[in-house]
Amino acid sequence: MRLGLVIDLDVCVGCNACTVSCKQWNTSGTTGPLTDYMPYGKDPSGVWFNRIRNYEIGDYPNNKTVHFPMSCMHCEDAACVTVCPTGASYKRKEDGIVLVDQDKCMGCNYCSWACPYGARELDREDGTMKKCTLCVDRIYDQSLDPIDRQPSCVITCPAHARHFGDFDDPNSNVNKLVRERGGNALMPELGYNPTNMYLPPRAVKNEPALEKESLISKVKDWVNKSVAR
Amino acid sequence: MHPAISVIFFTVVSGAGYGLMALVTLSMLFKIDGGLDHDQVLVSGTLAMILITIGLMSSSLHLANPKNAWRSMSRFRTSWLSREAVLAVSFYPMAALWLLQWYLDSSMSNVVTLVLTFLLFAGSIAVNFATGMLYASLKTIPQWNTSLVPANYIMLGLMLGSLLLTLLRLYYGLPIDQMLIINIGLIATAGILKIMYYFWIGKPHGPSINTATAFTRATVRLFDVGHTSGTFLTDEFGYQVARFKILLLRWVVYLAAFLIPGTLLAYNLEFDSLMVLLVLAFIGVFVERWLFFAEARHVVTLYHGNQRV
Ligand code: SF4
Ligand code: SF4
Ligand code: SF4
Repeated sequence: MRLGLVIDLDVCVGCNACTVSCKQWNTSGTTGPLTDYMPYGKDPSGVWFNRIRNYEIGDYPNNKTVHFPMSCMHCEDAACVTVCPTGASYKRKEDGIVLVDQDKCMGCNYCSWACPYGARELDREDGTMKKCTLCVDRIYDQSLDPIDRQPSCVITCPAHARHFGDFDDPNSNVNKLVRERGGNALMPELGYNPTNMYLPPRAVKNEPALEKESLISKVKDWVNKSVAR
Repeated sequence: MHPAISVIFFTVVSGAGYGLMALVTLSMLFKIDGGLDHDQVLVSGTLAMILITIGLMSSSLHLANPKNAWRSMSRFRTSWLSREAVLAVSFYPMAALWLLQWYLDSSMSNVVTLVLTFLLFAGSIAVNFATGMLYASLKTIPQWNTSLVPANYIMLGLMLGSLLLTLLRLYYGLPIDQMLIINIGLIATAGILKIMYYFWIGKPHGPSINTATAFTRATVRLFDVGHTSGTFLTDEFGYQVARFKILLLRWVVYLAAFLIPGTLLAYNLEFDSLMVLLVLAFIGVFVERWLFFAEARHVVTLYHGNQRV
């Protein structure tokens, strides 16, 4: 098995529901807590496994805002694992999930240097490295309903922008999506072979930004103005 | 990259310690300027081990969870950091045995001493090589991902070590004719390698924001970085220095580490003036190491809005 996520950049609305639900689930999970530093102070900061950044793609008028969630890609050739001197970082043979053994980590930061995707964050309070666990403590939990045996971020996403599945199975939901929508890996030239894939926005025809003035629009404008008064 | 003082101190001071050990063993193997006598070997070998130990202790300050540091020797098959730890730790029993030999009035005609001398020489080069490889093996930092990095680490360690040995010889009133030639040769080689390095990193040649986001056929601009104050990622990788400051500091490196010591060594030196040159060279190498970190750009900064690394 090669478990991972597909993230649909076409429908992600950047609401941060996944990042918050990730934090909520994992802070009491196997690599928790996800410590916050001065959460009510002037510069609140802390550990997150999943972060969203926002980009403008293309130039006006052919531009688009894209919301970009990023968590661990559970890379096939994960240098974060091979550089770790203590053996705290490991990749599971059975499903490809990359984890950090909190009892072995010495907090040297070296693995975070080796990760191109910013997926690893040191917990300054615990002194150990933390990262996305692909919700390993959820996806195999027999006490949950089968539908709930998915990562917290995937279930939470209100736009269904996140999909979880097995990339080794050619007919899995994730592989089908990647095939149909032309999914991409990020920074493939570094050779990490990330498992997670990103679906690009669907092509749309651009609507002209300005409406032509017509009789109807003039009447509408006049009505709007008088209502506003 | 954030230039952590503990790591800078470690690489410079331990590097010089291993360099001194390399030069001491070399001068015994080849009787450079007649070699050293027992007491002098003991003193200079112990000095090297003190420098190495101070440096290693400083490097442990960089760990957030040092109680697990003993585990760091377990993954030497894949990790250069682990290899560095294994090499650095196995250096101690070898050095102790070797110093004991000299204490017990050994000489270079003793086979055990000869073999140990050779092993220590190879070991001291190997540790500095491993330190360099620890950085050079990271594909995520294009400015480090070059074989010039381990070469720089080895040469700068040897350079400082050779200056230290010349100083010790002056202190004991021993001849330094051959040592001076070695000094100047090492300074020149280290300086040329450093200039090559600065040329190599001159132009961005790593991934871009386009490959990082997989939008390779359009411009990509950061809109919102998604956090309101610093994160681990911005603290660790977001360090930026003004171009002007970099160029200024590079001249400090050229002058303090290479040009001034290299030129003035050609004049007949007293102990005091060589001491000043040595301090100057150390300052130069400290600045060099600070720049090594400050100038390195991690690919994760692409996600924070950098167009190129
Ligand atoms: S995304 Fe980073 S932390 Fe995750 S497996 Fe890849 S290199 Fe390792
Ligand atoms: S910080 Fe921990 S997990 Fe990362 S390389 Fe160091 S010991 Fe390994
Ligand atoms: S898979 Fe789990 S740990 Fe990873 S980002 Fe999603 S919620 Fe967080």
